Amino acid sequence: MRGCGEPRQRGKGAVLRGWLWALPVTGLVVVCFVPLALGATTPDLEAQVREIASQLRCPVCQGLSVGDSPSELANEMRTLIREQLQQGKTSAEVLDYFAQRYGEWILLAPPKRGFNLVIWVLPFVLLPIGAAAVYVGARRWVRRSAASESPPQRLDSPYAERLQRELDSYR
Amino acid sequence: MMLKKILILVAVLPVLALLAYALTLDPRSIPSPLVGRQAGEFTLSLFDGGRFTLAEQRGKVVVINVWSSWCIPACYNEAPALEAAWQRYHSRGVVLVGVNYQDRDAAAREFLARFRHTFPNGPDTGSKIAIEYGVRGVPETFFIDRDGRIAYRHVGEISLPILVQHIEQLLHESGGTS
Repeated sequence: MRGCGEPRQRGKGAVLRGWLWALPVTGLVVVCFVPLALGATTPDLEAQVREIASQLRCPVCQGLSVGDSPSELANEMRTLIREQLQQGKTSAEVLDYFAQRYGEWILLAPPKRGFNLVIWVLPFVLLPIGAAAVYVGARRWVRRSAASESPPQRLDSPYAERLQRELDSYR
Repeated sequence: MMLKKILILVAVLPVLALLAYALTLDPRSIPSPLVGRQAGEFTLSLFDGGRFTLAEQRGKVVVINVWSSWCIPACYNEAPALEAAWQRYHSRGVVLVGVNYQDRDAAAREFLARFRHTFPNGPDTGSKIAIEYGVRGVPETFFIDRDGRIAYRHVGEISLPILVQHIEQLLHESGGTS
């Protein structure tokens, strides 16, 4: 009889079964950490890179964002964005990094401060004014066309009589 | 009716004028926020096998020229002026360095041989220096004072008189001995 404190003697099969738990754990480690170690990127990171790149103006293009541009510089900028995110920088910090070097010109959406606020506020001011102008214009147009649809005027009597005679001759 | 036409003109003309003005602006001529600030540090592996480190140049006036062999004709036109400035000033503690931007190695070396450039030149791998300096196209030239601050940024082709003017100004600033 074995005492409680004695190590149990196990067969080879039992030892293997004892280590089976390690398989899924090893798999999980491989799936999670090996791509990171090899420098691969996660879908989340790529989405974040695209999001930031879409907010930056491509410095060597005409009207294209860093996200849309196929230029080499835009490609290098996307790489830099990815590197900075991997270093733990926030989106705001990455955008600020580029704004510090290129000026606010690099940001496709101007920051909501100072004189820039005019650009953000003006559409909301102009939109109701424009809508009111369209409404007033449309109402006037409808009234004018309604007025022009008055019953046809009677023809002068000599012409009317002649017309009537000619119509009668065909009957 | 006349008043209505005038009102429409008053509303539309400023918008058209603004758009027309925006079309005349060159994005490259927008002032750089880096002027007056400390220049970004970098190390450049040179075409001749050496290394150039900006941090090691503290106390000297540094001129950084960003160029490409495909930048025609501006980079070709300014190339002799850069070598002339180097010949004139390198004995006076002025450092000139060429940063080759998005180029093929063979084409860049051919360019340097053609213009017999003897000042340090190296490729900007990954455009890291160009991005650090907010470069929007080539050529661009940066003048860095003895304290390591960007004093001027010149966009486009540079001439010898402009190089001389800025270098002389920086040599005479901050207690220059030259």
